[in-house]
Amino acid sequence: MTFEDLHLGSIVVSTVRNAPVLLFAAMAGLFAERSGVIDIGLEGKILASAFVSAAVAFTTQNPWYGILAGIAISVVLALLQGAIAITQKGNQLVAGIAINIAMSGLTFVVAQYFFQQGGRTPGLGDARLSEIVLPGSAAVADVPVIGWIWTQLLGGHTILVYLAFALVPLVHWVLYHTRFGLRLRACGENPHAADAAGVSVEGTRYGAMLIAGILCSFSGAYLAIVQSGFFLRDMSAGAGYLALTAMVFGNWRPFYTFLGCLMFGFFGAVQIQLEGVDLPVVGRIPGALIQMVPYVVTVIVLAGLMAKSVAPKAIGVPFVKSR
Amino acid sequence: MTTNELPRWATGIVLPILNLLSALLVTALVIHLLGENPAESMQILVNSAIVNPEGLAYTLFYASTFVFTGLAVSIAMQAGLFNIGAEGQMYLGGLGLTVAMLAFDATLPWYLLIPAGMIGAALFGALWAFIPGYLQAKRGSHIVVTTIMFNFIASSLMNFVIVKYLIPPGEQNTASRVFSTDAELPRLSDWFPILGDTPLNVSLFLAIIALVIYGVMVSRSSWGYKVRATGLNRHAAHYAGVKISAMIIVTMLISGALAGLGAVNSIMGSTHYLSLNFVGGAGFIGIAIALMGRQQPIGIFLSAVLFGALTQGGFDLSLEKPNIPPEMVIVIQGLIILFCGAMENLYAPALAKLLKGKQA
Repeated sequence: MTFEDLHLGSIVVSTVRNAPVLLFAAMAGLFAERSGVIDIGLEGKILASAFVSAAVAFTTQNPWYGILAGIAISVVLALLQGAIAITQKGNQLVAGIAINIAMSGLTFVVAQYFFQQGGRTPGLGDARLSEIVLPGSAAVADVPVIGWIWTQLLGGHTILVYLAFALVPLVHWVLYHTRFGLRLRACGENPHAADAAGVSVEGTRYGAMLIAGILCSFSGAYLAIVQSGFFLRDMSAGAGYLALTAMVFGNWRPFYTFLGCLMFGFFGAVQIQLEGVDLPVVGRIPGALIQMVPYVVTVIVLAGLMAKSVAPKAIGVPFVKSR
Repeated sequence: MTTNELPRWATGIVLPILNLLSALLVTALVIHLLGENPAESMQILVNSAIVNPEGLAYTLFYASTFVFTGLAVSIAMQAGLFNIGAEGQMYLGGLGLTVAMLAFDATLPWYLLIPAGMIGAALFGALWAFIPGYLQAKRGSHIVVTTIMFNFIASSLMNFVIVKYLIPPGEQNTASRVFSTDAELPRLSDWFPILGDTPLNVSLFLAIIALVIYGVMVSRSSWGYKVRATGLNRHAAHYAGVKISAMIIVTMLISGALAGLGAVNSIMGSTHYLSLNFVGGAGFIGIAIALMGRQQPIGIFLSAVLFGALTQGGFDLSLEKPNIPPEMVIVIQGLIILFCGAMENLYAPALAKLLKGKQA
């Protein structure tokens, strides 16, 4: 493979296909963290919903049942996190990490118990979501640029891809233009003021965790039901952490977070494309080094060399009602 | 909701035991759901991890590594830093040790070679922790997120270094060459044949020495006092004249060095070569150990032995019970972190009520 074989088009398309995993998780994290609860347990929730949705979709041969089951498990975990963070006033970081570790093991153990295939589920076959072909695709397929845009960039994706991208303006609207969003932000910035204004801080934070649980489940379902068509041990491979950093990168704002997700999706796509390609000047870059790029970029962003991000003020602090 | 109302023996001993029992109860439930007998499984686990001398040797062998990662996380926690990067720091420590070995194992005698390996491990581990520490101190980057990123970077970097530079020509195995026998740490089974052919080595004593030094430094020295002041209230410590950014950087350097030293037991004490993924989660177990041991030397030692026993016993259990794979140990770890770390005060209100009732 040479440099000329690198197709910019396929990088763009796979960026679009990589982004939803991060987008769902990052939007989930946005709700949790804007309400004041650190959501480092995204990874565990993604894994759990990936396994459950794959297992249920395979057993029932229906992807929709899989997605529903994924939502259920992810919500349970999010509410457990909420109970620790909100009611018990425990350490939110530790809770998230515990969930990540427990789910990494539990999904394997249960997958092995039910399917005996080395901790993966059987291939889903027809129980995957079908790709949507936009009307008129056949007609424009041969037109040079427009055909590619219509059939590959805009069309040919599953419903979850469109949902992920539609989520960004929706989350923006909920956060900045609804009463719930205002209260949510108040709880994350100054819970005592919110409390004095008659807002139930605990109730709002539980609500945020519920939404976070639902949104995060789509991330896992997308991984298992759409992208790979089966569940594999630790298949999220750090997506939850990347989503979290996309959010930090995006300053806890939906549109900038979206850009962060696209950036990580892009690097993921480039990594696959660059594997074994002879580049001019630098030559062949080993896959392991390309793999490192998004993480290094994240560290650079975190160091404030590109932009300074400011977290919600009350994040990670349990709310104790003043008497 | 605070534990302040409780006496020290209650928060130090009773609560951790209650939390541990809760974690084991959930584990028993999972084992039951997998169709195995929890009581019988627990018996197999205890037998093969503690009762059987060879098993006990393995338990202590794993514990020797866990003490170091536990100390690494603990010292950072004392300064209010949540170092999730012990995994990557130990991985890089293994590289430092290996670089020293590959350079010197043909020329230096054992009494210089072994310290050289330790220095290499500590140095590389410290360097890998330095960057997140520096970024936290000078740029305010959140240490949790940066150390997570550094774990990923370490994993990719080591994959690259091992595959590209360390595999001997003509070999397929993703590992470095075997070091000379001068670099092998003496095994305890040389003196106590009852331990059988087990890798338990003098690292156990190193771990105990490290625990003692840690205990003295943290609770008896003025430096330790500054570290704890930084962890308890950064602003107050700053006004009291503690240089916070220097404190953060130095503590992270020590933390990374300790995590790096974890590689000494795994590599110089057992395999005698660097292999891909040799850390195998020991860094994350360090988090659990630090939380459960409440950053106290004795607590860290006991938790390290507990996790050593879980690793060894869990492995044997998976051999005897087809429905329980070795990954079950990861589930138990997660549950212990959940109950002993995140929900540590779960039983505090009930216990406070109980004690109050007795006094009245």
